[in-house]
Amino acid sequence: MLFAVDARAAAAGLGPGLPLAEARAQLPGLRMATADPAADARALRRLADWCGRYSPWTAPDGAHDGGGAAGVLIDATGCAHLFGGEDAMLADLVCRLRRLGLGARAAMAGTPGAAWALARFATTDTCPTLTVPAGDERAVLAPLPPVALRLGAAEGELLHRLGLRTVGDLAALPTATLAPRAGREVVRRLDQALGRAREPIDPLTPVPPLYVRRGFGEPIGVRADLAAMVEELIVALCRRLEDAQQGARRLELTLYRVDGTLQPVRLGTSRASRDADHLKRLFAEHLDNLDPGFGVEVMTLAATAVEPLSALQLGLGRAADSPAPAKGGGDLASLIDRLENRLGAGTVTRPRPHGSRLPERAVRPAPPFARDAATWPDVPPRPVRLLARPQPVEATALLPDHPPARFRWRRLRHRTAAAEGPERLSPEWWREAAEVRDYFRVETAEGRRYWLMRTAGQWYLHGVFG
Amino acid sequence: MSDDSGKPGLGRLRQRVRAIERGEAAERRPVLSTGAAALDDALPGGGLARAALHEVVPGRADWDDGPAAGFCLAILGHLLRRVSGPVLWIARRQDLYPPGLAAFGVHPDRLLLARAGDDATVLWAMEEGLRCSDLAAVVGEVRALDRVAARRLQLGAEAGGMTALSLLRPSVAPRGREVSSTAATRWRVGALPGAAGAVAALPGRPRWRLELLRVRGGHPADFEVEWDDATGDFAMAAPFRDGAAATAGGVAIS
Repeated sequence: MLFAVDARAAAAGLGPGLPLAEARAQLPGLRMATADPAADARALRRLADWCGRYSPWTAPDGAHDGGGAAGVLIDATGCAHLFGGEDAMLADLVCRLRRLGLGARAAMAGTPGAAWALARFATTDTCPTLTVPAGDERAVLAPLPPVALRLGAAEGELLHRLGLRTVGDLAALPTATLAPRAGREVVRRLDQALGRAREPIDPLTPVPPLYVRRGFGEPIGVRADLAAMVEELIVALCRRLEDAQQGARRLELTLYRVDGTLQPVRLGTSRASRDADHLKRLFAEHLDNLDPGFGVEVMTLAATAVEPLSALQLGLGRAADSPAPAKGGGDLASLIDRLENRLGAGTVTRPRPHGSRLPERAVRPAPPFARDAATWPDVPPRPVRLLARPQPVEATALLPDHPPARFRWRRLRHRTAAAEGPERLSPEWWREAAEVRDYFRVETAEGRRYWLMRTAGQWYLHGVFG
Repeated sequence: MSDDSGKPGLGRLRQRVRAIERGEAAERRPVLSTGAAALDDALPGGGLARAALHEVVPGRADWDDGPAAGFCLAILGHLLRRVSGPVLWIARRQDLYPPGLAAFGVHPDRLLLARAGDDATVLWAMEEGLRCSDLAAVVGEVRALDRVAARRLQLGAEAGGMTALSLLRPSVAPRGREVSSTAATRWRVGALPGAAGAVAALPGRPRWRLELLRVRGGHPADFEVEWDDATGDFAMAAPFRDGAAATAGGVAIS
C-alpha cells in the first residue's frame, strides 16, 4: 500500500492508501522506498529542533489519520517582531525550508488548532503562507471541511453523513445540539480551533525560562566572530539571569547552521552562576570544537537549569555556606567547573567517609560542594594507596596466625621483617556471603610497608603504606 | 657555609654567586620549613620554596610508590598547617586512600580529588589549579614530566604563589639517565629498612632515604629520615653517611 506520494505521483492520480499493485498498473515507472515511520518521526523531530531558530517553543506534530500531513507547531508569541512581523517570519520560514529542499506551507493564527487547519487546508503551493489576526479564526475556518479540525477518520465520516460539510456548519450549531450527535471530541476540537478552549503546546524541550538569541544578516563562520557572538550572548543571558535573580546550573548554546543542521553545546556549573567572565571561560574550552560548517545564521543560548541566586550571595556569605573546602567561593567553584567541563562530569570529588567495615567501601566520592556531617572514623593505621582490588600474592613459609615470612608480589620477592596484626574485618553479611578478612601491616626487609590480607586461606596485597 | 672556609675573599665571592643564582629576591621569597634542620639546611632560604614546583620520584625500579607518596603527603601536611584551603590532587588512577593520609597530617576533608585521563590533562588541570587562589596546593601524578611541562608548572606556581608537587608514577620502572628538570627541587624517595629484625617484631616508623637530586641554588644531598606520625614531623633526619657509595649501588640495581 502506498504510504506517501510526491508531487509528480499525485499529479498522475496516485494517493496514499492505494494498493501497490494498482499503483504499479497505473504508473509502471513508479519508484518506491519502504516506509519507515520511525525515521520519519526522527526527521520531524529534527525539523522541530531546526525551528528552534524562530522560537524556543516548538513541537513536532505527527500526521492525523483523518487527513492532514505531519508538521511542526511553533509558538511564535513575542517572537515574530524579531523577523519583521508575522508575514515576514512565515515567508522566511518557507523560503529557508525550500532552500533545504523541503516544500512547506505555513499559517499563523491565534490558536494552534486554527493555524493547523489553515496551513493544511487554506494554503496552496503558489501561496504557501497565510496569517490570520487573532479573533478572525471563525470567519476563515468557516469554508474549510470539518477534518480541518484535526478529527479522526471516523468522526469525519460521521459529520459527512450528518450533512455537516464545513466548519461553518458546525460552528453554527449550538454545543448542546452538536455534542450528543457528533461526540465530545468534535466539540473539543472546534472549541480549540476557535479559541474557546485553551490548548497548550507540548514543547519539544522543556522551555528554558531564560533564553537569548542572535540572528545574523550574513552567516558567520570565522572563529573570532563566533567567539565574540558567544560572549555577547553570555552577557545578555547574565543580564536576564540577574533580573530574574537566578543563577545558571546548565547552559545550552545552539548554532543554527546554513545547511539546516544544529550544533548544540551543553555545559554545567557546580554552583549556580551568572558571572559572565566565568561562563565565558567555560565556553572558551568548547569554542575550538565548534564547527560552523558553511556558516552560522542564528545562535541561541539558554539556561536550561537555574537556581535562585540573589545579588547578596555573590559577594557575601562565601565561607558560611560551604563547610569543608573552607574558602569554597566563586573562585574554587569556577575552577571545579572548568576542570569538570574538560575532564568530564563527576571527575572532581571530595572523599567522604561511608559507614562500611570493608576498606574499599569506607570511602565514597561526593560532589565538591556536597554537605554532610559525616566524620572520619577512628581506625588503625591505613595505607596511603589502596589497590582497586586485592592482588593475590604467593606466600611461603607460613606460620599459623602470622603473615607469611616470604611472599612474592608482582614478580618481586619480599621477606617480612616485622608485622602487626591481625585486624579482623568481618564482611557485611547482608550484602554477600564473603569470608572474614585478616589484615596485617607488614614491613619487609627492605623497609617497604604493605597491607597484606588473608581471606579464605589465600593471601592478598591490598594496600601500600608510605 | 662550612665549605666556604678557604680564603675570606673567595668565601664572599661564593656567597655572592650563590645569591645571584637564587635570584635577588631569595630572602623575601616565602619558604616552607620541613621541620628537620638537616633538610632545611640543604635548601636555599632554609626550606622548600612555597611558590614553586617540587618533583618527587619513586626511589627504585619498583612497583609501588609508597615512600614517594608518603613524602609528598608529609610536605603537604606541613603546608596545610600554615595555609587554609583544600589540596587539589589530580591523578589518572584513583588509588589514593584518604583514611591513610591523616598519619601524614593531611586531613581527608581537605582533599579535592580530580581524575584525569592522561598526562596532558593532568598537567593542564595542574596549571588551572595553580591559578586558583582558594587552593592550598596542587598535586599531580604523572607518568613523566618533561622539561617544558616542568617549566610551565614552575612559572605557573611562581605566578600564582602556590606550591605544586608532581609525583612521578612511571608506567614502567625508570631506567637510564635522569632527564634534567626545571623544578625548584627534585627528590627521589625510597624505603629504608627499619630497626626491626625478627618476624615477631612490630613495624616501626616509616624510614625513607631522601635523595635531593636537584635544588635550585643549592647542592644535591642524601638524607636518612624517619617520619613520626604521632607528631606529624620528621622524627630524625640526618645526612646519609655513605652517600656516594649508596647512590652508586642504587643506580647499579636499577
